[in-house]
Amino acid sequence: MLQAIGAASVAELFESIPSELRLNRPLAIPPALSEIELTQHAKKLAGKNLGAETATCFLGGGAYDHFIPAVVDSLASRGEFYTSYTPYQPEVSQGNLQVMFEYETLICQLTGMDVSNASLYDGASATVEAALMCLAQNDGRRKVVVPESLHPEYRMCLKTYFQWIGAELVEVATPEGTLDLQAWTNAIDSQTACVILPQPNFFGIVEDLKPFAAAAKSAGASVVACVDAISLGILDKPSNWSADVVVAEGQSLGNPLQYGGPYLGILACREAFVRRLPGRIAGQTIDRSGKRCWVLTLQTREQHIRREKATSNICTNQGLFALRAAIYLSLLGPQGLKETALLCGQKAHYLKQQIASAPRYSIAFDGATWCEFVVRDQSGDVAGTLEYLQSKGILGGIPLGQWYPELSDCFLVAVTEKRTKCELDSYVAALKHLSVGAFVTNA
Amino acid sequence: MRNTKSTQLIFELSRSGRRAHLLPPADVPNVDLGSVLPSGALADAPPPLPELAEGDVVRHFTNLSTLNMSVDTHFYPLGSCTMKYNPKRNERLASLPGLVDVHPYQPESTIQGLLEILWNVQNDFAEISGLPAVSLQPAAGAHGELAALMVAAAHFRKLGQHRPNVLAPDSSHGTNPASAKMAGFETITVKSGANGLVDLNDLRSKVNEKTAVFMITNPSTLGLFDTQIKEIAEIVHSHGGLIYLDGANMNAILGITRPGDFGADMMHYNPHKTFSGPHGGGGPGAGPICVRDFLAPYLPAPTVGRKGDTYYLDQGGSDSVGRVRSFFGNVGVLLRAFFYIRSLGGSGLKEVSENAVLNANYLLSRVRHILPVPHGNRCMHEFVASASTLKKEKGISAMDLAKRLLDFGFHAPTVYFPLTVPEAVMVEPTETESKEMMDAFVEALFRITGESADLLHEAPHTTKISRPDEVTAARKPVMKWTAS
Repeated sequence: MLQAIGAASVAELFESIPSELRLNRPLAIPPALSEIELTQHAKKLAGKNLGAETATCFLGGGAYDHFIPAVVDSLASRGEFYTSYTPYQPEVSQGNLQVMFEYETLICQLTGMDVSNASLYDGASATVEAALMCLAQNDGRRKVVVPESLHPEYRMCLKTYFQWIGAELVEVATPEGTLDLQAWTNAIDSQTACVILPQPNFFGIVEDLKPFAAAAKSAGASVVACVDAISLGILDKPSNWSADVVVAEGQSLGNPLQYGGPYLGILACREAFVRRLPGRIAGQTIDRSGKRCWVLTLQTREQHIRREKATSNICTNQGLFALRAAIYLSLLGPQGLKETALLCGQKAHYLKQQIASAPRYSIAFDGATWCEFVVRDQSGDVAGTLEYLQSKGILGGIPLGQWYPELSDCFLVAVTEKRTKCELDSYVAALKHLSVGAFVTNA
Repeated sequence: MRNTKSTQLIFELSRSGRRAHLLPPADVPNVDLGSVLPSGALADAPPPLPELAEGDVVRHFTNLSTLNMSVDTHFYPLGSCTMKYNPKRNERLASLPGLVDVHPYQPESTIQGLLEILWNVQNDFAEISGLPAVSLQPAAGAHGELAALMVAAAHFRKLGQHRPNVLAPDSSHGTNPASAKMAGFETITVKSGANGLVDLNDLRSKVNEKTAVFMITNPSTLGLFDTQIKEIAEIVHSHGGLIYLDGANMNAILGITRPGDFGADMMHYNPHKTFSGPHGGGGPGAGPICVRDFLAPYLPAPTVGRKGDTYYLDQGGSDSVGRVRSFFGNVGVLLRAFFYIRSLGGSGLKEVSENAVLNANYLLSRVRHILPVPHGNRCMHEFVASASTLKKEKGISAMDLAKRLLDFGFHAPTVYFPLTVPEAVMVEPTETESKEMMDAFVEALFRITGESADLLHEAPHTTKISRPDEVTAARKPVMKWTAS
């Protein structure tokens, strides 16, 4: 090969790099491992972690331990899917393009929206992009109103992005875990580009959001719904409560927890917003012989053509996880999604009632909940409670004090369809045990 | 041979009442959720999803997969995308219990092994870049660019300096100006000279005390190492600006030269390119960023720290730009990068770049007898040929070449990018292709240039579809299936 190139050595090929800029030592990175050694090393490191396959996981807060059918892993691990790339050549990407089109349709069916993109990074980035869409759509308006019951990390991301573009995040307090219509209405004004309404909210509470959406609409603001994808098996489509844009974290739809990512940002909207929609979109067309096929479409929104005039800088989608979500939703169908949502709700409801009977613990908020709820430790020792549960092999909840100082005696508990009554009873038994301990200590 | 029945749209395969995934009966006392939840929030019926048997779903998606070209099945010389082989071992290891099933809000004491890996990934990225402070949070290359530009903006805000401009070469990735806008900057384009490198006079005329950042891709999108990089950095630094390196092309320089050593202050990696994360049909990727020490306080948090033998999440200080996404980062992609780096070791990584550059130069030495390569007879990991002569003389465009290559069983190179080369054909073989495969590619290219223009205008001829009507797709967009 060097001969064909006309070079004497490989080193000669790097001559354009000035010698004073070269690294004149080996990289300080450990030497190569064979596959056998690497596997041993990886297993040792993995073995130091307590995953949801070993422990019983009651953690939620935007990422959930839902069941993943074998078919999802099996199909998504086909090399033709996961070692291909963005479908720049539609003739040899019809598999991916059709999956994108099916994914987009499935998301529209789920949310009631007219158009979905082919996905974004995660729920938080989808929420930010939805806000940016509305700021652009309602040109001149610079405020986005959200309740404090919106995921705290989503609110942090909104702040991160807003500080550079002159937009303002208005946060409305939710001291009872739910929105107050008066406070909400007062926060919305003629500068409000959009509101973002979570359903269920971060505390797991389900509200009738129609009046809150209506308050935004009457001020000329757009409505962004931030929903849980599985909950839509039983909860009303956001299109029915006036949402213009719908976002969700798609991890629940057949994607593993893997410590927070990669996940799947779901973003769908009404027709009127489509020119503002960021990211890839697959559309249907015909080829030169009239055959139905699929291509990337409306690319004039995108950065590789528009550069600084693009709707966003995002140039990829989470193709592999959109594929997994499409397979998952195809496997569940309407009935499976409904039954999954019902099971989560019923098991959570049972655990919630049982926990309320443990003397040291109470349910923090009165609002109706679906699969997640907030527990108050009346002794205030949330860390002690969670450590004890962990010693019983239970990942028991997420301490809320890190985001809500006033809830430092509270933790968030999530229940999926995977949890058994036996596991729920063990959880309650542990809390009852702690309640006895607390009583003795107090005495 | 082709199963066209199963590749109908999944909605067309649906039949009322069919089921795949069955749920267990409830083992807790039955509660009517309809009476628990507010009636105004409940759906009358579940969403109208398709209804299929499990076998239908499997056959549908399996058949769809066969309509894709992929690295596992084809040579995929898509310039700028580094479509290298994705080791299967990484898939298995990243799916180990204890890695794939860890919740993002678990206590640090239950994820020490994972944090150890992420801490090592931070260190490895710092070592390879020569930039010591790392945030693994960004989810993609473009996300990393944006996060780093926010870091720069926060830095200048702290200094009390008003620097509204970002400079970027005309050959840069479209994400550069798009990211700059989202971080509140105006982009000013710097011209390339005839040699494809940054035009220093143009740079000098545009850089000033309003310049926050010069974004440079080095090696460039033309596959050239900008020999003037040290001078470029000196010019920008002398005006108080920062150098951002778009790390898309790191595959050429691992262990050979380091961005931190040639003047960059910030950069992102594309671990899905350089460190073999599979591209997944368009994602997920990751976009970790590395910066100089003085920029570390502004990085997105959390990062991983170590005290003694214990690893912890460092939530950052008040100067941090904040979060750019939920949770920690695209850990699944970072795990694969970790396993890749450990599989190769420091010297193996250097060999990756040596072989990537050797392969690209070999391919260049043969392709340039078929298509002119405007910017010299040597390259780094990729090169950009031009079909403009072919177009003038025979009416064969870069698009025609790309489409016809599909018939010969090769994925097309990137075409029409960078914008500075007319009829651009951007080829990146990567280090994981053999000489025989590259020879076969050259042979195909040679044969194609001898074919009739008419034949090529209608290529590809062997794929399921050919030349989809993208104009109609954009004018009358059909973006979802509707029941007829």
